[in-house]
Amino acid sequence: MTDKDRLVPDEGLAPASTALPGGAGPLEEFTKPPSSQWREVWDQFKNHKGALYGGILFLVIVLWVYLGPFLWTIDATHIDIRARNQGPSLTHPFGTDQLGRDTFARMMAGGKTSVSVGITAMLLALGLGSFVGVMAGYFRRLDGLLMRLTDLFLALPLLPLLLVMMLLFRDPLNAAFGPERGIFILIVAAIGVTSWMPTARIVRGDVLAIKEREFILAARSIGTTNAKMILRHILPNVLSPIMVSATLGIATAIITESALSFLGLGFPPDFPTWGRLLFDATDYLQQYPERVLWPGLAISLTVLSVNYLGDGLRDALDPRIRGR
Amino acid sequence: MLTFTIRRLVLAVPTLLFISLVIFLLLELAPGDPMAQVPLTVPPDVKEKMREALGLGQPGYIRFWKWLVQFFWIEPQVLIDAIFGSSFSEGDLRVISWQTRSPVMDIVVQRIPQTLWVVGTAYIVGILIALPIGIYSAYKQYSWFDQAGTFVSMIGFSVPPFFSGVLVIVIFSVNLGWFPSIYDTTHKVVDWDSFVYQLQQMIMPVTVLALQITAQISRFMRASMLDNLNQDYVRTARAKGLGETTVVMVHVLRNSMIPVVTVIALGVPAIFGGAIITEQVFKVNGIGQLLIGAIQANDLPMVQTLTFIFAVLIVLFNLIADVLYGLLDPRIRYD
Amino acid sequence: MKMKALLLGAIASAALAPAAMAERGSDGNVNVIYWQAPSILNPFLSGGTKDVEASSLVIEPLARYNEQGDLVPWLVVEVPTVENGGVSADLTSITWKITPGLTWSDGSPLTSADVKFTADYCMDPEGGCAQVTKFEGVTSIETPDDLTVKVTFEKPTPFPYGPFVGGESPIIQKAQFENCMGTKAPECTEQNFNPIGTGAYVVDEFRPNDVITLKANPNYRDPAKPAFATMTLKGGGDATAAGRAVMETGEFDYAWNLQLAPDVIARMEQGGKGVAVAGFGPLMERIMLNNTNPDPALGPDERSVIRPHPFLSDPAVYKAMSMAIDRPLLVEIGYGKAGKVTCNWVPAPAIYAADIEGCEVQDIEGAKAMLEAAGYTDSNGDGVRETPDGKPMKILYQTSTNAVRQDFQALIKQWWSEIGIESELRNVNSSVFFGGDPGSPDTFQKFYADVEMYANTFNGTDPQSYFGNGLCDKAPRPASQWQGENISRFCDEDYDALHFKLTQTADAAARAEIGRQLNKMVFEKGGMIPLVHRGRLSAHSNSLGGVVLNVWDTELWNAADWYRKDGA
Repeated sequence: MTDKDRLVPDEGLAPASTALPGGAGPLEEFTKPPSSQWREVWDQFKNHKGALYGGILFLVIVLWVYLGPFLWTIDATHIDIRARNQGPSLTHPFGTDQLGRDTFARMMAGGKTSVSVGITAMLLALGLGSFVGVMAGYFRRLDGLLMRLTDLFLALPLLPLLLVMMLLFRDPLNAAFGPERGIFILIVAAIGVTSWMPTARIVRGDVLAIKEREFILAARSIGTTNAKMILRHILPNVLSPIMVSATLGIATAIITESALSFLGLGFPPDFPTWGRLLFDATDYLQQYPERVLWPGLAISLTVLSVNYLGDGLRDALDPRIRGR
Repeated sequence: MLTFTIRRLVLAVPTLLFISLVIFLLLELAPGDPMAQVPLTVPPDVKEKMREALGLGQPGYIRFWKWLVQFFWIEPQVLIDAIFGSSFSEGDLRVISWQTRSPVMDIVVQRIPQTLWVVGTAYIVGILIALPIGIYSAYKQYSWFDQAGTFVSMIGFSVPPFFSGVLVIVIFSVNLGWFPSIYDTTHKVVDWDSFVYQLQQMIMPVTVLALQITAQISRFMRASMLDNLNQDYVRTARAKGLGETTVVMVHVLRNSMIPVVTVIALGVPAIFGGAIITEQVFKVNGIGQLLIGAIQANDLPMVQTLTFIFAVLIVLFNLIADVLYGLLDPRIRYD
Repeated sequence: MKMKALLLGAIASAALAPAAMAERGSDGNVNVIYWQAPSILNPFLSGGTKDVEASSLVIEPLARYNEQGDLVPWLVVEVPTVENGGVSADLTSITWKITPGLTWSDGSPLTSADVKFTADYCMDPEGGCAQVTKFEGVTSIETPDDLTVKVTFEKPTPFPYGPFVGGESPIIQKAQFENCMGTKAPECTEQNFNPIGTGAYVVDEFRPNDVITLKANPNYRDPAKPAFATMTLKGGGDATAAGRAVMETGEFDYAWNLQLAPDVIARMEQGGKGVAVAGFGPLMERIMLNNTNPDPALGPDERSVIRPHPFLSDPAVYKAMSMAIDRPLLVEIGYGKAGKVTCNWVPAPAIYAADIEGCEVQDIEGAKAMLEAAGYTDSNGDGVRETPDGKPMKILYQTSTNAVRQDFQALIKQWWSEIGIESELRNVNSSVFFGGDPGSPDTFQKFYADVEMYANTFNGTDPQSYFGNGLCDKAPRPASQWQGENISRFCDEDYDALHFKLTQTADAAARAEIGRQLNKMVFEKGGMIPLVHRGRLSAHSNSLGGVVLNVWDTELWNAADWYRKDGA
């Protein structure tokens, strides 16, 4: 039971005696300062089993890819050609690849890149998409312009766009941030810039419908400013498509990155990512099935955990569901 | 609504012209060379001659103007000629592909059937599966059905087709020998047997594609349904004694369709765009394979024409989605 | 005409009868898969290998190279030589005699006018012909009679077998292409997709970049051939899928150019439906050493133009880098039976290959000692050596995107780091890397890197012009729009002099000797680090007979002889 339940008046159906604060115990609770909204969100979130497990799994994956390399010290790029194509063993828990590199270390190194790219690109796409979507849906004057912009971006062919971005920005970014960080920024930007459009369209559609609802009218009638209106009333109500876009967005970003590596536009070849590991292993599907298993599993688990996390967050943030 | 539609259609013309210019500039700016696939044994000065023969020596604005004229003036004439047997377009130069030295539109027409067969079927199958799954998962949130649906669709979405495609080929073509691993684009359906063969060669690419589409649409459907199931109007509907089926399938569903309609509408141009990786894996050789091949070969007229056709479809289907919003939710007004 | 064909047919079938050969079209359909789909069937408008090979089913040259690299007459009575009088004593003209009675697939006779027209078509300055180098130096083509063609060159040409020889230079029909000269060439879609030829097959339907359906040529010169009534040439996909379709599922009979890891091929062969066959031409995978300075601090017009490189031009450095490489291992990992260890720029034909010592053994310690002795030491203890004037030995190592090349990069990076040279890897999309776009910094001609890896080859069997790629004045530079074949910017007076001598020598043995010296010179003086002599690996099904893999001409050169094996 949360304290909130006791506070909710039972619409006059319950006997007055129970609704009124009686003994010492309930009084103590009653005098406690009302818990904050975020506290309630957290309470709801931790009671959501899927969200909790999803969150824990996601945390484990993140810790594994970021802290794992400190414990498992084999270098992901070290080649031990005599030990190539080995199956799982104690020295190489996930086996080795065709050049004798340790797959476990490569999975961690690849995960670091993939998870970072996935999350950053997703956040970028989500931020851009939600912003454009809300602006277009809410302000009628911006709608035409922003939606034509969305059409334009939807129509642009991804590959030539990337080639142009590589051509224009690779060298300056390399000089400013070093080759690895530079290419990271470039790829995150490329994926983010080319994948915000569906989110924008979806959010706009929802906003168009929501802003005609009565509660918006009510809010407006009491003089709510546009900024407050968007943050307090519109955004919370379009959260669920945004959350779905977020979960799907991470998967899309990880997979797009692998397609880019495959086309020679991604990270340098000695720079493993999950998508690339999966792609490289596909040719060896019959000989060494375990090689496709690891990256495939890692991508799926990440996406699943983010999905449950998103489900839980959505439920926790929805005041109508919260507390039931 | 009608005036809105007309206004948007009129507005679409400058939009599309602008988009075509941006695409053209993008392709101009991108590095690459139509002669890159010619072997190194052909010397550079010969390649330079070949580039000139393609018209690459001319300045960019002339080439853009030429493309505009060819696409908007000559190609429609060719279409009219093809339908009515007239001869307006005789002697006019059409949009010519650099790879094949043949009219781009002829190849596009040649590629459409297999793309529609495979990608279109997958899309319809995907939607037909996704909608019930999404609705039922939301209605019975956190039931075993919902959990299983979530699990399968998320796995489906996180496995890229370059892997799932090869996996089904290895299982069903190599090990079991049930289905052909290479799609026969020349196959014609004339009788029952050839229809069965067509089904056999379609089943794997359609499954792989439908899995992705189902995953995506069912997630949006479920989320949107969940949003609406707790609204006051649902309580009102139930309170006034409407049947549960009517409440869910009419009231809730109609109000939940807005994000789903957006996703579906965005997906239709993508059907014509084909599925680049899946088409490649199964050798379906549709529009997607045409586009990626043209990009790799730097066949600019082909890339320009194809992306522009997609742009037209995108603008058109986004307009359709906007009109549908108004039909689904009469409160939405555009004027 | 028909009578003549019948008579010829009768003679031919009489001659072949004891062999109990199948008759034309008795073996049904044959399925061929090219993972790069043909775009056009006119090799003069597209230099792409896939297009040249596909068109060779339909149109044919006067003479071809066989699987040993020897010239064989194809549409002519014999290969003209100085001995048989076909080539003039002063080496300025060659006279071809067309075999009497040959017809096009439409039944009209093949005449010398068609041959002359082919030359005019390709030599038209407006046409942008991809094979115009085949006709280099040709001043005139005369047709004294219907079956005789005399090609005259502007100067003595020791190797006059450029025009009309090999799959890149087939004969097209004058009647069909007459209105397609020059600027009109690209507009002739119908002709370019459905050329009329003398070959064993006729195009039924051509779907660009997808599939070609062909049927047996009813007027083919050998009435018993081809054994197959129809052929389907499917394109697209990737090499793995093509190999799988032939060797594992058995859906296809022939798969072209399977660039796959050896263990993947081996696994596919276990499928039991087909076998992989390899052949070796002059294709060689190498690491090019930049003889100029690629420092990004130099301007775009000086970068990779100014000599010398800070340290790569020192023999101690490039020799040590070469010694650190384990070539047999590279072959084993990357190419299997489609690769051989080599240190020759021109590894084939074998007479040109020099004997270079120390090629097959890796010697890390020796390499370290060599660097140490030359004054390259790790003075600050960071694991990377410094040059005597204090520059760290860090290099940028680029190549095109390709799974095997990326494995090679990783391996070689490790070996070089063991001898104290640090490398940064870069892979570039191959359409950018091999594209000659002077605006892109990533083309292999610009070579804005210290070393780069790719493969190259030449057509035919004569390496003279290929050796010319090492001449000083062929180096790419801004003035030439970065065009030029001397990618490593190798420049050596002795080499230039020796190459000039080659152009003046006609005697085969003497040419071979010069070739060997040139090969050795490029290796010893730091033009490149040769890695692997690469073969062509293709696969055919167990039931397909008559396949002879030919790397000197098109792979489909003898498709007329293919047949279905009984009981398979």
